[in-house]
Formats: sequence, structure tokens, C-alpha cells
Amino acid sequence: MYKIVEKRQLNSEICLVELQAKDLSLAAKAGQFVILRIDETGERFPLTIYDFNKDKGTISVVCQAIGVSTKKLCALQKGDSIVDIAGPLGHATKTDNIGKIICIGGGVGTAEAYPIAKAFKGSGNDVSVIIGARTKDLVICEEEIRQFSDKVYVATDDGSYGQKGFVTDVLNDLLSKDKYDLVFAIGPLIMMKMVAQLTKPFSIKTLVSLNSIMIDGTGMCGGCRIKYAGESKFTCVDGPEFDAHLVDFDDVMRRQSRYKNKETKALDNYHKNCRIGLDK
Amino acid sequence: MREQDPKERIRNFKEVPFGYNEEEAVKEASRCLQCKVAPCAKGCPAEIDIPSFIKAIKEKRFLEACSIIKKTNNLPAVCGRVCPQEDQCEKLCVLGKKGEPVNIGNLERFAADYQMQHENNKATFVKNNTQGKKVAIIGAGPAGLTCAADLAKLGYSVTIFEALHKPGGVLSYGIPEFRLPKAIVEKEVESIKNLGVEIRYNYIIGKIKTIAELQKDGFEAFFVGTGAGLPYFLGIEGENLNGVYSANEFLTRVNLMKAYKFPEYDTPINIGKRIAVVGGGNVAMDSARCALRLGAEEVFIVYRRTEKEMPARIDEVHHAKEEGIKFHILTNPVKITGDEQAHVKSLVCMKNQLGEEDSSGRRRPIPIKDSEFEMDMDTVIIAIGNGSNPLLLDTIEGLKLTRKGNIETDEDGKTNINGVYAGGDIATGSATVIAAMGAGKRSAKAIDKYLKQR
Repeated sequence: MYKIVEKRQLNSEICLVELQAKDLSLAAKAGQFVILRIDETGERFPLTIYDFNKDKGTISVVCQAIGVSTKKLCALQKGDSIVDIAGPLGHATKTDNIGKIICIGGGVGTAEAYPIAKAFKGSGNDVSVIIGARTKDLVICEEEIRQFSDKVYVATDDGSYGQKGFVTDVLNDLLSKDKYDLVFAIGPLIMMKMVAQLTKPFSIKTLVSLNSIMIDGTGMCGGCRIKYAGESKFTCVDGPEFDAHLVDFDDVMRRQSRYKNKETKALDNYHKNCRIGLDK
Repeated sequence: MREQDPKERIRNFKEVPFGYNEEEAVKEASRCLQCKVAPCAKGCPAEIDIPSFIKAIKEKRFLEACSIIKKTNNLPAVCGRVCPQEDQCEKLCVLGKKGEPVNIGNLERFAADYQMQHENNKATFVKNNTQGKKVAIIGAGPAGLTCAADLAKLGYSVTIFEALHKPGGVLSYGIPEFRLPKAIVEKEVESIKNLGVEIRYNYIIGKIKTIAELQKDGFEAFFVGTGAGLPYFLGIEGENLNGVYSANEFLTRVNLMKAYKFPEYDTPINIGKRIAVVGGGNVAMDSARCALRLGAEEVFIVYRRTEKEMPARIDEVHHAKEEGIKFHILTNPVKITGDEQAHVKSLVCMKNQLGEEDSSGRRRPIPIKDSEFEMDMDTVIIAIGNGSNPLLLDTIEGLKLTRKGNIETDEDGKTNINGVYAGGDIATGSATVIAAMGAGKRSAKAIDKYLKQR
């Protein structure tokens, strides 16, 4: 069992969970992920490592309550435990000093962009961060990101905060005014696809982090496979980072939707059981 | 052996053969000639004293029968169920020359089950660590569990590091409940833990710690039994369509994650009505029989050679056929087509004919020109084997690998790195549970020798 030592609600849908996992915290690096299982009937699902504290022996993940597993995790409180956490998985981000970098985080992806942007800054890069959200209340991690970033931009779909529009609008402005060496994007698949399309004509190296449906996270099942430069790659062991210009995003999006019908059924069942619990 | 009726069992995950009752076991054991030279025992990679345990059953000393087996084999309830006895002990049984060999496998299962029911999980040894040395085992599958048990019996302090959240490796994620109930696996593992073996789950060596780091933690010898690694795909068009699974993913969802109990368990699986399983091994048979139990209407095995070349156990092919699984032999998939939602629609295949023998000693399948045909399908499961997983191997500096990426070892599992041993599928490529166990045993002896000479 792995104990939750801290839990914080970042907005109405997204929470931060800090878990006791000593050895994992010692090995964790920016860009890696963990596989979690909440309870004995739970599924295994991946979450990017948001932060780690080697002294406390903890790792933190940020989780948006969408499906059954993420809802279960977000419903837990400080002092509760989950049954499994395995990692750190995937390759760590190579955060060499390469110059001027733009990190883009969309939605819950903002939390995933945070450790990467921080690590790039740590190795001496000039780091600009673009945060995207549907509306002001859903913007997360802004304060943490402002602490180390050279520039921070916010875009909201409804214009309630920062610039009205998408992260790609901000990105387009930046790219047309200045020269950058790398763009790193984490967020909804459609956002990453649009970022890749935008940066391609500028010939800027663009990386994305893919958080596919997976089970073991060690290469054994192949469920997370994607089409990459005409080849099959496993996001768990070959990734999670990939050159955005070589990813077949349409294929990734189709694959990511393969349990849609089952997810609805699982959620119905989850809500039904929650109600049964409340009636007791 | 009495079995669940095929008509009933194709809709449940309960075990297919019922196992002997006491009377049946004694009767079968009485057929044993108790040969002095015991040819059967020579066919057992787990080195079981077969005539002795059969004699004990014959004389109704059932608990003793199991103790005799457990002297050398710590997974008797598993082996009794999944060993290919027809190619090992039973193949060498003298009675088999003129008639039916003694059913050694079922007798082993009987003795093991009897012990579980009657003196479950009594600690047979106490943790003593008389050797004062620590050994690390990577992977809690058949090879690792066997090696760990043997080393614990020799007095070493043994820790198994397991990547998944449950022990057993392929016994848990791969072999289905109806062939090997998970409660049995758990009990067998429990008995190994009672020898003093510690198991740490969610512990992915190569990621959370390297072997070099474990050395600093005081481990003096290592056994790598990480099993089959990355699943092979066919490399044909349409393999990323929704509804295409590797057998590893399919079986892991069903067996380890219990997708057959969805939504009680959270892990989903999509099955559909018509399912093609590509491959001819036990994994293909397991996948096909799981698909049937998940509610498929028609399940097909698609295999490129003939039934004679199939690597699956005869029993498993027989069970599959009994359950109504259809076989398309000499058939080679060339394309998977999809519908507008990018879901599998059909499997396009070519017919083969057999040519000359290849390096495996089996006749090579050759596609027949213009023989293409299309079969409507909802799900395609690829069960054509696994390659080596580099996740751990890449982190062991200087480790010598074979051309196929498996760990190169000698007979005893010794690698080119001092103190590092390996066995099972990671060394041999896809093989059997018992072969992995045999490798675990040999490495345990070699590790003992190595540590004593240090």
C-alpha cells in the first residue's frame, strides 16, 4: 500500500496527490511516468510524474477526474492509500542547454509540462511557458510555473483570463516574432497535433509526451503502440516523448478512443455503487 | 479425467478438468510398475522422484506424496496442470510403449491439491539465512520462483523483485483461470514465501534500481528471470486498428486484470462476435478459449502451417476443438481492414502450402499465388511470440546477448558477468513453464556453488 501524504484540489476537476514511495522518488526524473492502481478491482493506468521529493521520499501526480480510475483517485484524501504504484517508467526528458525553449501545457497537461519546463530552466535554458485552459477557473499550476519561467502566457478558450483563444494562437505570435530552438507540448491530443502542424513550417524541433492507454508500462502488452515515422513504437518503453512531426496523431486519437463505450458503462457502474454507498 | 462439459464450460472461466478424487488417484497410482531405473524421472526438469510419490499415493499417504514432490519442485499444483507431461515424464513411461502411460501429471496435481486442502500453508522451513548471504531474483515467474525457493532451502536470504502487482509472471497474466486457477498460483507462492522468500511488487529493476545498485545494497548474486518480453506483431497493414490485440495484452487484461468480470473490475476488453487468433501455440489456444468465454460467437485459429507443426500441447488443441474453435491452417494473414470508426472489419489471408524444412525442422509455409480471401472479423489477436525486452538488459553494463537479444548463458544460466545468472524465456526465447523452472533450479545450484567459492 502507498499512502497519500498530501492532497490538494487544483480546480474543480483536477487534483494533486502526493504519495509515499521512497525508492521511486529516488529514481524519478522529469518526463517519466508511473503506473497506478487504486484498489483491488482497479485498472492499471499511467500518470506523468509531476514532482518528486527525495528527502520526504514522495512523488506527486496531478490527476483529472474523467474516468473511473481518475475519479477514484481524486475522491481519496490525505491518509488514504492506493494499492499499487510502479515506476519510474519511460525515458527521462533530455534537458540539455540548447537555448530558447517554449513549453506548452494544455489542461491537465499544464501540470505535466511543469517538471519539464523546470528541468529545462535548471540546465540554463531560456524558458517560455504557454498555459492553455477552457476558462479561468481551470488554469492550474500558474504560480508554480511563474516562479522559474522567463515568460508565462495564458490562453483561455472563452477569454476569461489571459489571451482569448488557443495555445496555438500564442505560439503563432511567438514564433513569428522570435527564433526558438525547441517546442515541447503536453496536453490533449488535438492540441499536440495542432502544435505540430504549426511548428513544422518553422522547422523547429517539437516534442510531445504521449500518455496512451497501457497496462504494464514495461513493453509487455503493446497496447500503447503508435505509428511513428512509418514504424510501430511503444509509448511506454520507446517514449513517452516523441518528435511531434513524426507522430501519426490521427492514428493515436483513434486508438485512444477504443474503450469509449466501455468507459461510459464503467462510469455508470461507478456512480451507481457510489450511491449505494451513500444510502448505507 | 472428468472434465466440465464443453457446452457449459465455454461460458465460464472455471477449471476444465476436475482432478482425481482419492479413489481415482489410488487406482491410477496402482498402475505404476515402480520401475527400478525410473525412466519417467529422467524426463522431469524439476527432478521429481516420481516412483516414490506415486507409491505414496497408492498407499494413501497423500500428504507424504506431496512432500516428496516438494523436495525438488515448489510449484506442484502448477506443474500438474500445465506441464507438457506427454513430452516429458509420461513419454518415457514404460507402460506407454504398449498402452496408456501412467497419468503422472494428474497424480501430481492430486497430491498438490490434497496438501493445499489439508495442511494449507504450513511453514515447511523457517527463514534462517544460515549462509549469511543475500540473493536477488528479478521476476516472480516460474523461473524466478523456483530459483528463489531452492536458494531459500539452501539457507540464503532471497528477495524477488517483481515488476507487476501480483506474483506468478505468466502463471498469473498469461495462463487463463480455466487452465490454472489464480487461487492455486497464490497458494503455491504463499508456500514459497513460507520458505523465507521475500517478494517486492511494483519493483521494476532497470528503472527503480539497477543491478549495480542492488549490489551496493548487499546482494551478492542475481538471477534474471524476466520472461518473454515485447510482443511480436505481423507487420501487416491495419495492425493499429481498434480491435487488434497482442495476445499478451488480451490475456493480461483477461487474466491479471480480470476484464472478464468488467464492470465489477475496472479493466475493459472489447470482444465482438467473430474473433481470429493468429498463431498455433498454447498462447493462441488460451486466447481463443478466453475469447469464447467472453461471449464470442465464432472463434478461429489462423495458423500458417498445419496442425502437425503447431507448437501447442495436443491437449490444448483438443480442448479448443471440443469447445468449437475453428481451425484455418495453412493460412497466412496479409491485411486487416477497418470500418469508418477505425475498428477491425475483416482479416484478409492467403493460403499456404508446405515447402522444404526450415531451421526449426518444420516444413516452411509458402504462399499460394492468387489465393487471397477475406473473412469478416470484429477482433484479431496476434499470438506469434515475443522478443526480448531490453528494459532491464540495457542497464546491465557489458551483458552479453544473443543475436535475438536474449541473455547468453551456459547450461547453468551463468552469464558473462560474474554473479549474474539468467534463465527461462529471457535466456531461451519463448518456451515452457517447466523449462523455465528447470533453468531456475540449475541456476540455484550454480549460484550456491558460486557463493561458496567466493
